[in-house]
Amino acid sequence: MNFLKYIWLIPLLPLVGCFFNGVFGKRFSKVTIDFFALGSTLLSFLCSVGAVWQLSRLQPEERVFNLNLFEWIPAGVALTAHGFANFSIQWGYRLDPLSAVMILVVTGVGFLIHVYSTGYMAHEHGPHLGGYYRFFSYLNLFMFSMLTLVLANNFALMFVGWEGVGLCSYLLIGFYFHKKSAGDAGKKAFIVNRIGDAGFMLGMFLIFQTFGSLDFGTVMARAAEAPIEVYGSVGVLTAIGILLFLGATGKSAQLPLYTWLPDAMEGPTPVSALIHAATMVTAGVYMVSRTSVIYTHAPTAMMVVAVVGGVTAIFAASIGLVQNDIKRVLAYSTVSQLGYMFLACGVGAYFVGIFHLMTHAFFKALLFLGAGSVIHALSGEQDLRRMGALKNKIPKTYVTMLAATLAISGIPPFAGFFSKDEILWQAFSSEYGRWWLWLIGVVAALMTAFYMFRLIFLTFYNESRVDPEVEHHIHESPSNMIVPLQILAVLSVIGGFVQIPKFLFGGFDGFERWLEPVFKHPATEAGAAAVEHASLGAEAGLALFSVVVALTGIYLAYRFYYRPSSAPDRAMASAKPVYTVLFNKYYMDKIYDALFVNRTKDLGNALWAFDRGVIDGGVNGSGWFTRFTANVSCWWDKWIVDGLVNVVGFTVKMLSYPLRILQTGFVQSYAFLMVLGIIAFIWLYVLR
Amino acid sequence: MLRSYLPILIQIILASLIGFGILGLSYLVGKHKPTPEKLMPYESGVRPTGSAHERFAVKFYLTAMLFILFDVEVIFLYPWAVIYRELRFFGFFEMLTFILVVLAGYVYIWKKGALDWNKN
Amino acid sequence: MTLPQVPILPILPELILTLFGIAVMLFDPFTAKPHKSWLSSLAFIGVLAALAGNVLLLAAEGEYYNGMIIVDSFSVFFNFLFLIIAGLSILASRQYLVREGVNHSEYYGLLLFATVGMCFMGGANELIMIFIGLEITSISTYVLAGFRRTDLKSNEAAIKYFLLGSFATAFLLYGIALMYGATHTTHLSQISSALLTGRIDLRLVLAGTALMMVGFSFKVATAPFQIWTPDVYEGAPIPVTGWMSVGPKAAGFAAFLRVFFVALPALDQKWFWVLWVSSVLTMTIGNTAAMLQSNIKRMLAYSSIAHAGYILVAFAALTPNGIASIMFYLLAYSVMNLGAFAVISAWSLSGERRVTIDEFAGLGYRQPWLAAAFTVFLLGLTGIPLTAGFTGKFFMFRAAINSKLYWLTIIALLNSAASLYYYLRPTIAMYMREPGESGRTSAPQDSAPLQISMATKVVIAVSVLAVFYLGLFPSTILDFAQSSAFLVH
Repeated sequence: MNFLKYIWLIPLLPLVGCFFNGVFGKRFSKVTIDFFALGSTLLSFLCSVGAVWQLSRLQPEERVFNLNLFEWIPAGVALTAHGFANFSIQWGYRLDPLSAVMILVVTGVGFLIHVYSTGYMAHEHGPHLGGYYRFFSYLNLFMFSMLTLVLANNFALMFVGWEGVGLCSYLLIGFYFHKKSAGDAGKKAFIVNRIGDAGFMLGMFLIFQTFGSLDFGTVMARAAEAPIEVYGSVGVLTAIGILLFLGATGKSAQLPLYTWLPDAMEGPTPVSALIHAATMVTAGVYMVSRTSVIYTHAPTAMMVVAVVGGVTAIFAASIGLVQNDIKRVLAYSTVSQLGYMFLACGVGAYFVGIFHLMTHAFFKALLFLGAGSVIHALSGEQDLRRMGALKNKIPKTYVTMLAATLAISGIPPFAGFFSKDEILWQAFSSEYGRWWLWLIGVVAALMTAFYMFRLIFLTFYNESRVDPEVEHHIHESPSNMIVPLQILAVLSVIGGFVQIPKFLFGGFDGFERWLEPVFKHPATEAGAAAVEHASLGAEAGLALFSVVVALTGIYLAYRFYYRPSSAPDRAMASAKPVYTVLFNKYYMDKIYDALFVNRTKDLGNALWAFDRGVIDGGVNGSGWFTRFTANVSCWWDKWIVDGLVNVVGFTVKMLSYPLRILQTGFVQSYAFLMVLGIIAFIWLYVLR
Repeated sequence: MLRSYLPILIQIILASLIGFGILGLSYLVGKHKPTPEKLMPYESGVRPTGSAHERFAVKFYLTAMLFILFDVEVIFLYPWAVIYRELRFFGFFEMLTFILVVLAGYVYIWKKGALDWNKN
Repeated sequence: MTLPQVPILPILPELILTLFGIAVMLFDPFTAKPHKSWLSSLAFIGVLAALAGNVLLLAAEGEYYNGMIIVDSFSVFFNFLFLIIAGLSILASRQYLVREGVNHSEYYGLLLFATVGMCFMGGANELIMIFIGLEITSISTYVLAGFRRTDLKSNEAAIKYFLLGSFATAFLLYGIALMYGATHTTHLSQISSALLTGRIDLRLVLAGTALMMVGFSFKVATAPFQIWTPDVYEGAPIPVTGWMSVGPKAAGFAAFLRVFFVALPALDQKWFWVLWVSSVLTMTIGNTAAMLQSNIKRMLAYSSIAHAGYILVAFAALTPNGIASIMFYLLAYSVMNLGAFAVISAWSLSGERRVTIDEFAGLGYRQPWLAAAFTVFLLGLTGIPLTAGFTGKFFMFRAAINSKLYWLTIIALLNSAASLYYYLRPTIAMYMREPGESGRTSAPQDSAPLQISMATKVVIAVSVLAVFYLGLFPSTILDFAQSSAFLVH
């Protein structure tokens, strides 16, 4: 079987599952719902594996498979900067090494989370609640949208997936729609995303205007021929890059559009794991990598990406230091890690961004699922201050979460070490890198290690602060929740071995070589050469340094939260204002409210007040004017509007009058009319 | 082109001449002594009762129609019979098909009771 | 013993339909009354089998039986169309027939035989064959129009259609005879080549063309031969009206297109102007008269006249794109109209009561789904975007524009805009008026809950889906139509 020919099945299968569960799910038993949801996802995963395996059998240069299913929007010819271009959009899929990595992550992690959800959401199944089928239907719809996003071979279809995942995110954040906060969070996510989408759309328009196509292959080929813009200037490519990146900041929760992600934690925990950690939020990173040619030709845009990524990494990590909600800590961590990925893309190391995307998908999904398991064990408790000493009560959850925490902190040999270290190295040594970008990354790494171990210590160590009532309900999660955790834990340990730096055992660059065909073009060749110059010693030294930094973060967390002493307390007391600012998330939500949300409301109120004023004023103060206008409009109605209507009616009547006369109902007169018609025809043909 | 139709015209003229001639001659030559009995429509020697413009049962029309239908279909056998030797078995099977279709129609009207005179 | 090889594949759908037609006819007298419900199923299975047979035709392109029958993607497309129409009509009829007490086998048999005739019209490559197909279709249709034997209006419709139809068919035959006299052939492509030699009497050919156009114009109900339509459509049973307004009309257009584009392209500057005038007249008469109707069947009869006028606009474009757009539009119009008539049939009461527009008042509250579907069909017929009607009209008018028929297109667009007025009337009645507001008092049993059979629901649902599918993703069908249009042109 040629799996490549059947890649259209990969997105379609979850859609089928979505259809069955969504339409008939209400009457299905739990097993049937599981069958459709899990079955379709598993099949999709197997198809992905098959397709990627066959892709890997090809020569590296040939690893691009385009499959155009049908012409989706044929809209004719338009004049663009690239001459006349046919605006024809295919419903087509493109499998290349980049999308291969993405579909494996999406379907693989997605399937594990589906399995997990059958346990986590089990209590939702029932005739009265009925949320179970809805949940899986949405989840499968999400899979479809995400796979469409990553498999699309043009910007327009990618945008379909882009909007589709946004919609699913909205639906799933607001899954518990009876909770006002959940509904609000859903709306917030959708609206903030829409702001970014506007950027994406403008970028897309500009791409068509510039390159005369929306097809990835064509656009990339044409962009590769364009001259590289001067650093510091804003040309067309830079504008495209920044507009697209605006879309990415919305979807991937970067400054300034990150605020929706922490609120999105109102959704069920598997959703947080799948959508708001492992897959959807990485769409921005994928998109930037997908358009790497454009960015490489626009150094200014790259710098914007790198700076925004770096600042977001440190900014979100600092908020994460003091949050007390277990899921919110992870949410800020996600924002921060996404910042890392953008940092990597911004310094031209796209493959590292994707590498970190993959490892992050493993360990962050695991952290969320683990958190879900903790919450499950504690009957819904999410506050770190009311946890503690869970290590022996839920040991399996503890072990897997510890593995993920070590991975995210960057401790070798866990997966996070390899990807994070590569990012820092690239930030330091790449052609586009800067020493201060590296410094930002290192500080963020320190914070990451600190807040993650703070979370571990507060959750699993020390004395129990759990409500006595909850205490005796504590139980380890069922095996359908634990097994996905264990699989992800294994992946978090070994996931980094696909790319090992040179100074360790001679190194291994399998991942880089796999992605090379996607990112390799003349402009990157120069950058790659520059990297070669840097010495192995420096790379090893920096790696060692970042491990030391991580260990420092862990030690600080240990001092602060495992074995509290007076010193940290004093330090905290002296830094009280800082703590307050961090605890309130830099007051960003309030600032946004003040700057945008409330101003918008004010505008609405003002318009309303204006309306009311005019109407009241009109009634009270301008009686004569009303009477005057009434008279005018009466005259208008009577002579012009009625006149027009009457003219039309009169015309129709006059036209239909002869018709009525002809339509006598007598068959002989009909026959006579036909004879007249025949005579007319003969006359028209023969005699005229 | 119209010349080729001349024989037809001549035939029409001849036919009308003969027809009208015979009728006209017998009208002119024959004797006319009408009596009430002679003016009566000839109905098997029986005295006619009622109006001639009577409504007939629809059964008559139905039977007549069915007769004509099958009669016309059977006429198709004549040309077939003429070239039967040339057509050989092909013609045989073709005609068999045709007869079967006609037979299906016959079975249909039979079972529907169209041939049952006493059925209303 | 050698038997000549007679290919049966080229007429496989027709054969299957004929066999099933005979089987259905014989099924009735041989079985007891309770088994009558099997009739429609049997007929429907026949249509499905013929559809399967039609798929095989795709692989058998070519001319057969001494060039009498041609199998090409044009004929296959129309076969599909006729079979879809027949299938939907059979499903939509059953409940109505049972309600009116006329669920007889002859109905299904005649419908299948008529479809056979239509398929022959689409696949005929020769004038006599077209005539035979047309007669098979017409005679079945005459009987179907009068199928409610005890109803005077139905009888009237049948006899009117029969008299005028025979009249028109006679002229078609006359035209064929003249054509044969002039060119010594009835084979379409041979006529075409005979015309090019120039050694023929042009006056005879022109007279033949005029008379053939009379026959076709009558079948597709375009001016000045549309006069029979309202009376016949109003009197015929509702499902028959629905079927007649799409099936024989499409078959008429199939033959019309093939004869004029294959046999008579040399004269296109002659018949172009006749089409032009006829198109303007047809559209205007149809739309103007439709505005004044109170009976919904009669209104849709005039609407079907108007639609034939739109189709003539694309006909007059004289391009393959025009032909392709007509084929697409016939499909789009068929599903919309069949759906609309299925709704009317579901809403009407026994004895064909409750078929005036006023009596649709309150349908929106009593049967929201039915009303929504009806609205979709009416909007589709108007040509509102997202529906099949829009894409269909768009392609047709674009073909006309490409042929520089600006005035004709403008008239068509104005007509199309004006049609919104009468298509909206039932919608307004359904949603914005209370039942009984028109002053009629309805009997208590009339307000009983509506029973809609599964088959009718399926027809309505399929039609709604098709309206949106053709409206949103027209390219597959249009591409197929385009590839076949080049063959004809």
